[in-house]
Amino acid sequence: MSSNLLANAWANPDWQPQLSVRQWESLLGQARQASLLARLAYLHVDAGFLAAVPDGPRPHLEGALRLADRQQHEVRWEVNCIRQALRHVDTPIVLLKGAAYLMANMSTARGRLFADIDILVPHEKIEQTESALFCAGWISDERDAYNERYYRQWMHEIPPLRHVQRNTYIDLHHTITPPTSRFKVDGQKLLRNIQPLQSYPGLYVLAPVDMVLHSAVHLFQEGEFSHGLRDLLDLRDLLNDFSSQTDFWNCLVDRANELGLQIPLFHALFHLHHLFNLSPPTSLEDRVNQMAPNRAARALMAWLLGLALQPDYPSCDSRWTGLARWLLYVRSHALRMPLRLLLPHLLRKSWMQRFPKKP
Amino acid sequence: MNLEKISVIEIKNRLNKNGLIIKIGPFIFRIISPIKYISTELTTLYANNTVLDDAHFVDYTVTISHGSGWRKWLRRQAIFQFDGTEPFVPLPEDHAFPLLEWSMNWCISMHAHQYLILHSAVIEKEGCAVVMPAPPGSGKSTLCAGLVHRGWRLLSDELALISLTDASITPLGRPISLKNQSIDVIRNFVAGAVLSNVVHNTSKGSVSLLKVPAAHIQRIDETAQPRWVVFPKYVAGASARMVPRSKANSMLELGRNSFNYMVLGLKGFEVLSKVIDASDCYDFQYSQLDDAVTAFDDLVARRNG
Repeated sequence: MSSNLLANAWANPDWQPQLSVRQWESLLGQARQASLLARLAYLHVDAGFLAAVPDGPRPHLEGALRLADRQQHEVRWEVNCIRQALRHVDTPIVLLKGAAYLMANMSTARGRLFADIDILVPHEKIEQTESALFCAGWISDERDAYNERYYRQWMHEIPPLRHVQRNTYIDLHHTITPPTSRFKVDGQKLLRNIQPLQSYPGLYVLAPVDMVLHSAVHLFQEGEFSHGLRDLLDLRDLLNDFSSQTDFWNCLVDRANELGLQIPLFHALFHLHHLFNLSPPTSLEDRVNQMAPNRAARALMAWLLGLALQPDYPSCDSRWTGLARWLLYVRSHALRMPLRLLLPHLLRKSWMQRFPKKP
Repeated sequence: MNLEKISVIEIKNRLNKNGLIIKIGPFIFRIISPIKYISTELTTLYANNTVLDDAHFVDYTVTISHGSGWRKWLRRQAIFQFDGTEPFVPLPEDHAFPLLEWSMNWCISMHAHQYLILHSAVIEKEGCAVVMPAPPGSGKSTLCAGLVHRGWRLLSDELALISLTDASITPLGRPISLKNQSIDVIRNFVAGAVLSNVVHNTSKGSVSLLKVPAAHIQRIDETAQPRWVVFPKYVAGASARMVPRSKANSMLELGRNSFNYMVLGLKGFEVLSKVIDASDCYDFQYSQLDDAVTAFDDLVARRNG
């Protein structure tokens, strides 16, 4: 297995943009594949390295910056459209994940690419919210009656809503994990602690500890590990941002116990330590170890996740990577989401429109 | 060193193993493929391109491979692979060379955001460039192929690379893609035209690629400033007519014919404005290539006179 150049860029505090041409090619390729090229570019910008990148690779980083900046501009606009659409619905609109990081101006948003916008409302407001979104042009693409029922009865979110003109997507949640899942979370508990976004009345984000736990459980439950490295990076950035808050780590462990999310948090912390050398304060070591599952499960998960979280890139694959990913998918029992066009892949769509291929 | 100086065996070898590293316009591509069509067509059509050794940074590695499993042997396919993904559906093996061309276009138009990229042809005379945007089927490529063999230099047949700093256009210089009847039209119009094998039944019909004159590839690093924007349309039986067209309207149409105008946002708007400010815009109707040549040469004459 070739070295994981990509994770190293963040993991190694002494990292410098001094690579051979082959290494630059691998690094950019890994980053592109992991949807982390813009984030990698921002790493260079923030460290003052960008000018030091050689003439060959530098335009690739700069191009990624343009793409990410543009996309973020469009996501802000889209969030505003959602606000407009829901202005007559008496509900808090809680932004989740990327949209939350962006609108709250968090460091996690820097260089982030977006596939869709995740929002959460109380369960009893789902129908009203969906109707209001429908009036504003977002419709459910789901045509299969079985899937439709599956979502609405068993899942934590309704089928994705696509805007008829812009082809942007909303994932409308009422909680952060499926009600049938081992790690089910009561949406009401989250809603009690949401925090308003000062500049955007009506918009909220989860409390910091809940943001971290959502990220941890999302990574280890969803079954899609192609963005595993990116999600771990999110967790790292979130923890770096929040850990300066008073008693944050104790509150995080408390909340994990309260919501029953000890195991996902434990696995997340294990891999954050393994990849990025990030650890909770030593005073918390005992409390963290108490969250662990049994030894065998721990060892297996560590191995599986370690492989699966490598970038999905030829030089990083070993012959076990495919198996590891499949086992994790089976474990997660997640519904396989229909393939959706990512916002940057709208460009691909415009290409395919000009050069249509026979199916 | 140019590709033509390398032996056929050596080219095949590189394509099969670590890749053939070749300069195409401002980009460096690494092409990897075991498929024989790729080897033979590259050798012919890219004879004048510079081949580099592996001390150079490669912008895009394009792999055109066979299918896996039994598809390696029966009803062989050609599959484009890039950074561990397969952006396109597999095609029949004999479409491999057009697939390579489309793959390279994809790499550039998806990623090269250091340029504003338009879907148009660009040709140049006396330092001034004509940008010819056109939806498929308007006869742009036939027109381009004809003009390029009557005194105009080819910058690109498909992708116009416009600088974000000064709106100059950077050549790409790839073979010109011809379809269906235009293949025969160009065979008759251009003495000694070097064409790839015609591939039938592609999504665009029958396709063949025309080699770019060596002299144009030698000037591959020479940029040009936009001076005219011409929207061509082949109309059977029509006489050649250049009809002035509103700049505002032309700018909108150029935006619609861009791959990454959306990505570049305000910057894209500013660059496009520069292009339009500097250019006279026309709709152009034609049916005979000779008339078209006269009409285009006339543009230059009027600018000079």
